[in-house]
Amino acid sequence: MRIAMTYTRLRVEERMLIDAFEDLGADVTPIDLRTVVFNPTSLGDWAQYDAVFDRSLSLTNTLTSIRVLESLGVRCINPLGAIETCADKLATTLALIRAGVPTPEVRVAVDSESGIDAIEQLGYPCVLKPTVGSWGRLVSRINDRDAAESILEHREVLGSVNHSVVYAQEHINKPDRDIRVFVVGGNAIAAIERRSEHWLTNTARGAVAAGMEVTPELADLSVRAVASVGADIAAVDLLECPRRGLLVNEINHSMEFRNSTTTTGVEIHRVVAQHTLDIAQAHASQAASDGDIHPVQRACDASIDGERAGSSGAPEREGTLA
Amino acid sequence: MSTATITATCPECDATVNFDRAPLNGEIARCTDCAAELEVINTDPITLELAPEVEEDWGE
Repeated sequence: MRIAMTYTRLRVEERMLIDAFEDLGADVTPIDLRTVVFNPTSLGDWAQYDAVFDRSLSLTNTLTSIRVLESLGVRCINPLGAIETCADKLATTLALIRAGVPTPEVRVAVDSESGIDAIEQLGYPCVLKPTVGSWGRLVSRINDRDAAESILEHREVLGSVNHSVVYAQEHINKPDRDIRVFVVGGNAIAAIERRSEHWLTNTARGAVAAGMEVTPELADLSVRAVASVGADIAAVDLLECPRRGLLVNEINHSMEFRNSTTTTGVEIHRVVAQHTLDIAQAHASQAASDGDIHPVQRACDASIDGERAGSSGAPEREGTLA
Repeated sequence: MSTATITATCPECDATVNFDRAPLNGEIARCTDCAAELEVINTDPITLELAPEVEEDWGE
């Protein structure tokens, strides 16, 4: 199997994944997305890969590349729909609600005045989050109306247009931890708790991770959550509500796991790599039995001349242009 | 090639940064002298620059 692993910064996780692919006998090519020119009408050199595994640190770069590649019939991991849903907290909330997966209550507004109403429907304290963001950035606990007005004014004046969406979430009075479950191919393979005295329990904000048992309840909720967004591989963050039990808070489509292999005893990178290869194998077999070419590619090939069709695409190797 | 000889120079403090194997473009490293987060921008020769600050759309 030939796998292209797209990235923008090569962190410990990406190195672990490259090693895992190679250990499993796969031909993996790391491709720095910053070096690539995409031609939406031609697969070009991307045709040599059985699947593309996205590990870009930048959501914008992920969405740009996966939109083009998936349109050309490339099997991408995760699929575009899953990435778009996981990347947007509102879209995630809606998917979880549709699937009947318990999740914190949310109110949404598009204006500061109605934003105050949204917050007060939930009551104080509540949590304001940007709909797009990670690592706990700009997540605020709002304890009273003064804070609500202040934060919303700051976002209105200083924030990008995306910050005009008020996504308010009920505050869960959880113990000093949240739980992350790693789900690969419909199986909950490992879980960690992230413990902190701060109300934010992201490891990026200093929380300490430790392995924990994947209970049947954790597995069931996490697998259902990942299915609701259509992801092949994801990490599910859960909160323990004193009143309602486990709630799915967020789903991460490009999870970090460097500290979770030793704490859980599970070689997460290896399981992820194996599942990616399984997907690639299935996709290649399906393409072979279908007689090969994706409809978009067939239409593109018919409409453009051969010289232009072969003029661009993926780099042969990392850091170079074809 | 011996992995012990793979080194580069920190652009922040001029210290030697060691790699235990050949790095790839875009790889993140940390200078053990000044703690600067560095990015490999060239692999032959290995050239480092200060890694960019976290951007709004970075994450998991």
